[in-house]
Amino acid sequence: MSDKVNNKPSEWPLWEVFIRSKAGLDHKHVGSLHAVDAQMAIENARDVYTRRMEGVSIWVVDSRFVHASNPDDAEAFYEPANDKVYRHPTFYNLPDELKHM
Amino acid sequence: MTPLLKYTLRLADNALIIGHRLSEWCGHGPVLEQDIALTNMALDHLGQARSLYQYAAEQVNNMPAAEKKNLFTGDAIQGLIREGGMIDEDNVAYLRDGWDFCNILLVEQPNNDWAYTIARSFFYDTFNYFFYTELRNSKDTTLSAVAEKSLKEVLYHKRWSGEWMIRLGDGTEESHTRIQQAVNDLWMYTGEFFKMDEVDTTMLQNGDGVDLPAVKMQWEQRVAAILEEATLQLPPTGWMQDGGKQGVHTEHLGYVLAELQFMQRAYPRHVW
Repeated sequence: MSDKVNNKPSEWPLWEVFIRSKAGLDHKHVGSLHAVDAQMAIENARDVYTRRMEGVSIWVVDSRFVHASNPDDAEAFYEPANDKVYRHPTFYNLPDELKHM
Repeated sequence: MTPLLKYTLRLADNALIIGHRLSEWCGHGPVLEQDIALTNMALDHLGQARSLYQYAAEQVNNMPAAEKKNLFTGDAIQGLIREGGMIDEDNVAYLRDGWDFCNILLVEQPNNDWAYTIARSFFYDTFNYFFYTELRNSKDTTLSAVAEKSLKEVLYHKRWSGEWMIRLGDGTEESHTRIQQAVNDLWMYTGEFFKMDEVDTTMLQNGDGVDLPAVKMQWEQRVAAILEEATLQLPPTGWMQDGGKQGVHTEHLGYVLAELQFMQRAYPRHVW
Protein backbone atom coordinates (compact mmCIF):
# COMPACT_ATOMS: atom_id res chain seq x y z
CA MET A 1 0.00 0.00 0.00
CA SER A 2 2.63 2.50 1.04
CA ASP A 3 4.60 1.92 -2.15
CA LYS A 4 1.60 2.81 -4.28
CA VAL A 5 1.08 6.19 -2.64
CA ASN A 6 4.19 7.82 -4.04
CA ASN A 7 5.90 5.74 -6.64
CA LYS A 8 6.72 8.66 -8.95
CA PRO A 9 9.83 10.42 -7.67
CA SER A 10 8.82 13.69 -9.34
CA GLU A 11 5.51 13.81 -7.49
CA TRP A 12 5.16 15.28 -4.01
CA PRO A 13 3.97 12.93 -1.27
CA LEU A 14 0.26 12.60 -0.59
CA TRP A 15 -1.34 13.79 2.66
CA GLU A 16 -4.77 13.12 4.15
CA VAL A 17 -6.50 16.21 5.47
CA PHE A 18 -8.79 16.41 8.50
CA ILE A 19 -10.69 19.58 9.34
CA ARG A 20 -12.48 20.54 12.56
CA SER A 21 -15.34 22.75 11.50
CA LYS A 22 -15.83 24.33 14.92
CA ALA A 23 -14.53 24.05 18.45
CA GLY A 24 -15.82 20.95 20.22
CA LEU A 25 -16.48 18.91 17.08
CA ASP A 26 -14.29 16.10 15.72
CA HIS A 27 -11.76 16.52 12.98
CA LYS A 28 -13.32 14.99 9.86
CA HIS A 29 -11.58 13.63 6.80
CA VAL A 30 -12.16 16.04 3.91
CA GLY A 31 -9.77 14.83 1.22
CA SER A 32 -6.13 14.67 0.30
CA LEU A 33 -3.45 16.81 -1.31
CA HIS A 34 0.21 16.87 -2.29
CA ALA A 35 2.95 18.66 -0.33
CA VAL A 36 6.66 18.20 0.31
CA ASP A 37 6.39 18.24 4.10
CA ALA A 38 3.90 18.55 6.95
CA GLN A 39 4.27 22.33 7.18
CA MET A 40 3.42 22.80 3.50
CA ALA A 41 0.64 20.24 3.77
CA ILE A 42 -1.05 22.30 6.50
CA GLU A 43 -0.72 25.48 4.46
CA ASN A 44 -1.97 23.79 1.30
CA ALA A 45 -4.89 22.40 3.30
CA ARG A 46 -5.64 25.92 4.51
CA ASP A 47 -5.72 27.13 0.91
CA VAL A 48 -7.57 24.19 -0.62
CA TYR A 49 -10.03 23.18 2.11
CA THR A 50 -10.75 26.21 4.33
CA ARG A 51 -11.33 28.99 1.79
CA ARG A 52 -15.02 29.13 2.59
CA MET A 53 -14.69 29.16 6.37
CA GLU A 54 -14.95 25.38 6.65
CA GLY A 55 -12.61 25.03 9.57
CA VAL A 56 -10.87 26.21 12.70
CA SER A 57 -8.26 23.46 12.96
CA ILE A 58 -6.37 21.26 10.52
CA TRP A 59 -4.71 17.87 10.89
CA VAL A 60 -2.63 16.36 8.12
CA VAL A 61 -1.40 12.77 8.05
CA ASP A 62 1.12 11.35 5.64
CA SER A 63 -1.01 8.98 3.56
CA ARG A 64 1.68 6.29 3.85
CA PHE A 65 0.67 5.86 7.48
CA VAL A 66 -2.97 5.13 6.77
CA HIS A 67 -3.56 1.39 6.80
CA ALA A 68 -6.84 0.31 5.27
CA SER A 69 -8.96 -2.81 5.49
CA ASN A 70 -9.03 -4.98 2.39
CA PRO A 71 -12.28 -4.85 0.33
CA ASP A 72 -11.93 -8.62 -0.19
CA ASP A 73 -12.47 -9.06 3.54
CA ALA A 74 -15.82 -7.29 3.46
CA GLU A 75 -17.86 -10.48 3.77
CA ALA A 76 -16.01 -11.73 6.83
CA PHE A 77 -15.67 -8.30 8.37
CA TYR A 78 -19.09 -6.72 8.07
CA GLU A 79 -21.78 -9.22 7.14
CA PRO A 80 -21.83 -11.06 10.47
CA ALA A 81 -23.26 -7.89 12.03
CA ASN A 82 -26.28 -7.93 9.72
CA ASP A 83 -28.51 -10.22 11.80
CA LYS A 84 -27.55 -8.98 15.25
CA VAL A 85 -30.14 -6.30 15.85
CA TYR A 86 -29.84 -6.89 19.60
CA ARG A 87 -26.59 -4.92 19.47
CA HIS A 88 -28.64 -1.76 18.95
CA PRO A 89 -30.02 -0.40 22.23
CA THR A 90 -33.59 -0.43 20.85
CA PHE A 91 -35.15 -2.83 23.38
CA TYR A 92 -35.12 -0.53 26.37
CA ASN A 93 -38.28 1.19 27.59
CA LEU A 94 -37.47 4.83 27.90
CA PRO A 95 -39.31 7.10 30.34
CA ASP A 96 -41.67 9.55 28.56
CA GLU A 97 -39.83 12.56 29.99
CA LEU A 98 -36.75 11.61 27.98
CA LYS A 99 -37.07 13.49 24.70
CA HIS A 100 -33.76 13.40 22.95
CA MET A 101 -32.57 9.80 22.69
CA MET B 1 -4.71 66.15 -6.68
CA THR B 2 -4.75 66.09 -2.88
CA PRO B 3 -1.98 64.14 -1.13
CA LEU B 4 -4.62 61.85 0.39
CA LEU B 5 -6.08 60.94 -3.00
CA LYS B 6 -2.63 60.30 -4.45
CA TYR B 7 -1.69 58.18 -1.44
CA THR B 8 -4.92 56.19 -1.68
CA LEU B 9 -4.42 55.56 -5.40
CA ARG B 10 -0.83 54.41 -4.91
CA LEU B 11 -1.90 51.80 -2.39
CA ALA B 12 -4.88 50.76 -4.50
CA ASP B 13 -2.81 50.43 -7.68
CA ASN B 14 -0.16 48.35 -5.90
CA ALA B 15 -2.88 45.97 -4.75
CA LEU B 16 -4.66 45.78 -8.12
CA ILE B 17 -1.52 45.20 -10.18
CA ILE B 18 0.11 42.59 -7.92
CA GLY B 19 -3.29 40.91 -7.68
CA HIS B 20 -3.58 40.83 -11.45
CA ARG B 21 -0.07 39.43 -11.83
CA LEU B 22 -0.81 36.64 -9.36
CA SER B 23 -4.13 35.93 -11.06
CA GLU B 24 -2.24 35.24 -14.30
CA TRP B 25 -1.13 32.00 -12.63
CA CYS B 26 -4.72 30.80 -12.35
CA GLY B 27 -4.85 27.46 -14.14
CA HIS B 28 -1.08 27.49 -14.70
CA GLY B 29 0.24 26.82 -11.19
CA PRO B 30 2.94 24.16 -10.82
CA VAL B 31 0.61 22.06 -8.67
CA LEU B 32 -3.10 22.39 -7.92
CA GLU B 33 -2.48 23.35 -4.30
CA GLN B 34 -0.22 26.29 -5.18
CA ASP B 35 -2.50 27.33 -8.02
CA ILE B 36 -5.27 27.76 -5.47
CA ALA B 37 -2.94 29.44 -2.98
CA LEU B 38 -1.97 32.04 -5.59
CA THR B 39 -5.55 32.62 -6.65
CA ASN B 40 -6.60 33.09 -3.02
CA MET B 41 -3.89 35.69 -2.57
CA ALA B 42 -4.75 37.41 -5.85
CA LEU B 43 -8.29 37.80 -4.50
CA ASP B 44 -6.99 39.15 -1.18
CA HIS B 45 -5.14 41.86 -3.10
CA LEU B 46 -8.17 42.58 -5.26
CA GLY B 47 -10.29 42.96 -2.13
CA GLN B 48 -7.83 45.49 -0.71
CA ALA B 49 -7.79 47.32 -4.05
CA ARG B 50 -11.59 47.54 -4.04
CA SER B 51 -11.78 49.13 -0.59
CA LEU B 52 -9.13 51.68 -1.58
CA TYR B 53 -10.68 52.49 -4.99
CA GLN B 54 -14.05 53.01 -3.32
CA TYR B 55 -12.36 55.46 -0.99
CA ALA B 56 -10.60 57.19 -3.91
CA ALA B 57 -13.88 57.51 -5.85
CA GLU B 58 -15.58 58.94 -2.78
CA GLN B 59 -12.83 61.55 -2.41
CA VAL B 60 -13.18 62.56 -6.07
CA ASN B 61 -16.98 62.76 -5.86
CA ASN B 62 -16.78 65.02 -2.80
CA MET B 63 -14.34 67.48 -4.38
CA PRO B 64 -15.51 70.92 -5.52
CA ALA B 65 -15.90 71.00 -9.33
CA ALA B 66 -12.93 73.31 -9.80
CA GLU B 67 -10.55 70.91 -8.07
CA LYS B 68 -11.43 67.91 -10.17
CA LYS B 69 -10.98 69.46 -13.59
CA ASN B 70 -7.55 67.97 -14.24
CA LEU B 71 -7.22 64.99 -11.94
CA PHE B 72 -6.40 62.45 -14.64
CA THR B 73 -4.84 62.67 -18.08
CA GLY B 74 -7.04 60.08 -19.77
CA ASP B 75 -10.32 61.37 -21.20
CA ALA B 76 -12.17 58.12 -20.49
CA ILE B 77 -12.39 58.92 -16.78
CA GLN B 78 -11.89 62.69 -16.93
CA GLY B 79 -14.78 62.87 -19.41
CA LEU B 80 -17.08 61.18 -16.90
CA ILE B 81 -16.04 63.64 -14.22
CA ARG B 82 -16.50 66.59 -16.59
CA GLU B 83 -20.04 65.49 -17.40
CA GLY B 84 -20.69 65.88 -13.70
CA GLY B 85 -21.22 62.18 -13.08
CA MET B 86 -20.26 60.36 -9.92
CA ILE B 87 -17.43 57.90 -10.43
CA ASP B 88 -17.10 54.52 -8.75
CA GLU B 89 -14.38 51.98 -7.97
CA ASP B 90 -14.64 50.36 -11.42
CA ASN B 91 -14.17 53.66 -13.23
CA VAL B 92 -11.00 54.32 -11.26
CA ALA B 93 -9.60 50.86 -11.98
CA TYR B 94 -10.64 50.47 -15.60
CA LEU B 95 -10.69 53.93 -17.13
CA ARG B 96 -7.35 55.46 -16.15
CA ASP B 97 -4.39 55.30 -18.53
CA GLY B 98 -0.92 54.08 -17.60
CA TRP B 99 0.37 57.56 -16.68
CA ASP B 100 -2.38 57.85 -14.09
CA PHE B 101 -1.40 54.59 -12.40
CA CYS B 102 0.99 55.16 -9.54
CA ASN B 103 1.90 51.67 -8.33
CA ILE B 104 5.50 50.90 -7.52
CA LEU B 105 7.44 49.32 -10.39
CA LEU B 106 8.06 46.01 -8.63
CA VAL B 107 4.44 44.86 -8.75
CA GLU B 108 4.11 45.23 -12.52
CA GLN B 109 7.16 43.07 -13.28
CA PRO B 110 6.22 39.90 -15.16
CA ASN B 111 5.80 36.49 -13.54
CA ASN B 112 8.56 34.92 -15.69
CA ASP B 113 8.86 31.74 -13.67
CA TRP B 114 8.08 30.45 -10.20
CA ALA B 115 11.28 31.94 -8.77
CA TYR B 116 10.55 35.49 -10.05
CA THR B 117 6.98 35.25 -8.83
CA ILE B 118 8.13 34.17 -5.37
CA ALA B 119 10.90 36.76 -5.10
CA ARG B 120 8.56 39.57 -6.20
CA SER B 121 5.91 38.49 -3.68
CA PHE B 122 8.52 38.08 -0.95
CA PHE B 123 9.84 41.63 -1.36
CA TYR B 124 6.36 43.08 -1.66
CA ASP B 125 4.61 41.04 1.06
CA THR B 126 7.36 41.82 3.55
CA PHE B 127 7.04 45.52 2.77
CA ASN B 128 3.26 45.37 2.87
CA TYR B 129 3.27 43.70 6.25
CA PHE B 130 5.39 46.36 7.96
CA PHE B 131 3.68 49.15 6.02
CA TYR B 132 0.15 48.11 6.96
CA THR B 133 1.25 47.52 10.55
CA GLU B 134 2.21 51.21 10.69
CA LEU B 135 -0.78 52.38 8.66
CA ARG B 136 -3.10 51.05 11.38
CA ASN B 137 -2.06 54.12 13.37
CA SER B 138 -3.18 56.51 10.63
CA LYS B 139 -5.46 59.31 11.77
CA ASP B 140 -7.41 58.72 8.59
CA THR B 141 -10.02 56.26 9.79
CA THR B 142 -10.63 54.68 6.37
CA LEU B 143 -6.95 54.01 5.77
CA SER B 144 -6.47 52.62 9.26
CA ALA B 145 -9.52 50.37 8.85
CA VAL B 146 -8.25 49.02 5.52
CA ALA B 147 -4.86 48.40 7.13
CA GLU B 148 -6.41 46.59 10.06
CA LYS B 149 -8.51 44.35 7.83
CA SER B 150 -5.70 43.66 5.33
CA LEU B 151 -3.09 42.83 7.89
CA LYS B 152 -4.38 39.32 8.59
CA GLU B 153 -4.21 38.52 4.88
CA VAL B 154 -0.81 40.10 4.46
CA LEU B 155 0.54 38.16 7.42
CA TYR B 156 -0.26 34.95 5.58
CA HIS B 157 1.20 36.25 2.29
CA LYS B 158 4.43 37.14 4.06
CA ARG B 159 4.65 33.71 5.60
CA TRP B 160 3.89 31.93 2.31
CA SER B 161 6.43 33.80 0.19
CA GLY B 162 9.06 33.70 2.97
CA GLU B 163 8.80 29.93 3.22
CA TRP B 164 9.05 29.53 -0.55
CA MET B 165 12.21 31.67 -0.56
CA ILE B 166 13.79 29.22 1.90
CA ARG B 167 12.56 26.16 0.01
CA LEU B 168 13.93 27.38 -3.30
CA GLY B 169 17.16 28.88 -1.97
CA ASP B 170 17.97 25.90 0.19
CA GLY B 171 16.53 23.41 -2.31
CA THR B 172 18.21 21.97 -5.40
CA GLU B 173 21.07 23.52 -7.32
CA GLU B 174 18.67 24.63 -10.04
CA SER B 175 16.13 26.18 -7.66
CA HIS B 176 18.95 27.97 -5.82
CA THR B 177 20.37 29.42 -9.04
CA ARG B 178 16.98 30.55 -10.28
CA ILE B 179 15.83 32.22 -7.08
CA GLN B 180 19.18 33.98 -6.65
CA GLN B 181 18.85 35.29 -10.22
CA ALA B 182 15.32 36.53 -9.51
CA VAL B 183 16.46 38.24 -6.28
CA ASN B 184 19.33 39.95 -8.12
CA ASP B 185 17.14 41.10 -11.02
CA LEU B 186 14.27 42.43 -8.92
CA TRP B 187 16.44 44.04 -6.25
CA MET B 188 16.67 47.40 -8.03
CA TYR B 189 12.89 47.83 -7.77
CA THR B 190 12.86 47.59 -3.97
CA GLY B 191 14.35 51.05 -3.31
CA GLU B 192 11.12 52.70 -4.42
CA PHE B 193 9.24 51.23 -1.44
CA PHE B 194 11.01 53.59 0.92
CA LYS B 195 11.54 56.76 -1.09
CA MET B 196 9.63 59.60 0.55
CA ASP B 197 8.29 62.24 -1.83
CA GLU B 198 6.12 65.30 -1.08
CA VAL B 199 2.97 63.20 -0.85
CA ASP B 200 4.53 60.81 1.67
CA THR B 201 6.02 63.65 3.70
CA THR B 202 2.74 65.61 3.87
CA MET B 203 0.79 62.50 4.81
CA LEU B 204 3.31 61.63 7.51
CA GLN B 205 3.28 65.17 8.94
CA ASN B 206 -0.51 65.09 9.13
CA GLY B 207 -0.41 61.83 11.05
CA ASP B 208 -2.13 60.05 8.15
CA GLY B 209 0.82 58.36 6.44
CA VAL B 210 3.65 55.98 7.23
CA ASP B 211 7.28 56.73 8.05
CA LEU B 212 8.93 54.81 5.21
CA PRO B 213 12.54 54.90 6.51
CA ALA B 214 11.28 53.23 9.71
CA VAL B 215 9.62 50.53 7.62
CA LYS B 216 12.85 50.16 5.65
CA MET B 217 14.81 49.11 8.72
CA GLN B 218 12.30 46.39 9.57
CA TRP B 219 12.11 45.24 5.95
CA GLU B 220 15.90 44.99 5.60
CA GLN B 221 16.19 42.96 8.78
CA ARG B 222 13.56 40.45 7.78
CA VAL B 223 14.79 40.16 4.18
CA ALA B 224 18.39 39.62 5.33
CA ALA B 225 17.31 36.96 7.83
CA ILE B 226 15.25 35.01 5.28
CA LEU B 227 17.91 35.24 2.58
CA GLU B 228 20.49 33.94 5.03
CA GLU B 229 18.28 31.02 6.01
CA ALA B 230 17.71 30.38 2.29
CA THR B 231 21.52 30.34 1.75
CA LEU B 232 21.11 33.24 -0.70
CA GLN B 233 23.31 36.28 -1.21
CA LEU B 234 21.89 39.67 -0.29
CA PRO B 235 22.50 41.89 -3.35
CA PRO B 236 24.63 45.01 -2.76
CA THR B 237 22.51 48.11 -2.13
CA GLY B 238 23.49 49.77 -5.44
CA TRP B 239 21.42 51.93 -7.76
CA MET B 240 17.67 51.76 -7.46
CA GLN B 241 15.07 52.34 -10.19
CA ASP B 242 11.98 54.34 -9.33
CA GLY B 243 9.22 56.27 -11.10
CA GLY B 244 6.06 54.23 -10.61
CA LYS B 245 4.73 56.41 -7.80
CA GLN B 246 4.99 59.37 -10.20
CA GLY B 247 3.31 57.48 -13.05
CA VAL B 248 6.51 56.68 -14.98
CA HIS B 249 6.38 52.93 -15.57
CA THR B 250 8.30 50.07 -17.10
CA GLU B 251 7.04 48.75 -20.44
CA HIS B 252 5.19 45.95 -18.65
CA LEU B 253 2.34 48.00 -17.18
CA GLY B 254 0.83 48.74 -20.60
CA TYR B 255 0.40 45.06 -21.32
CA VAL B 256 -1.18 44.47 -17.92
CA LEU B 257 -3.67 47.29 -18.45
CA ALA B 258 -4.44 46.20 -22.02
CA GLU B 259 -5.65 42.87 -20.71
CA LEU B 260 -7.17 44.16 -17.48
CA GLN B 261 -9.11 47.05 -19.04
CA PHE B 262 -10.00 45.59 -22.42
CA MET B 263 -13.67 44.89 -21.77
CA GLN B 264 -14.50 48.29 -20.31
CA ARG B 265 -12.55 50.10 -23.03
CA ALA B 266 -14.02 48.11 -25.91
CA TYR B 267 -17.57 48.09 -24.51
CA PRO B 268 -17.85 51.21 -22.32
CA ARG B 269 -20.16 50.89 -19.29
CA HIS B 270 -20.87 47.31 -20.22
CA VAL B 271 -22.18 45.23 -17.32
CA TRP B 272 -22.72 41.52 -16.95
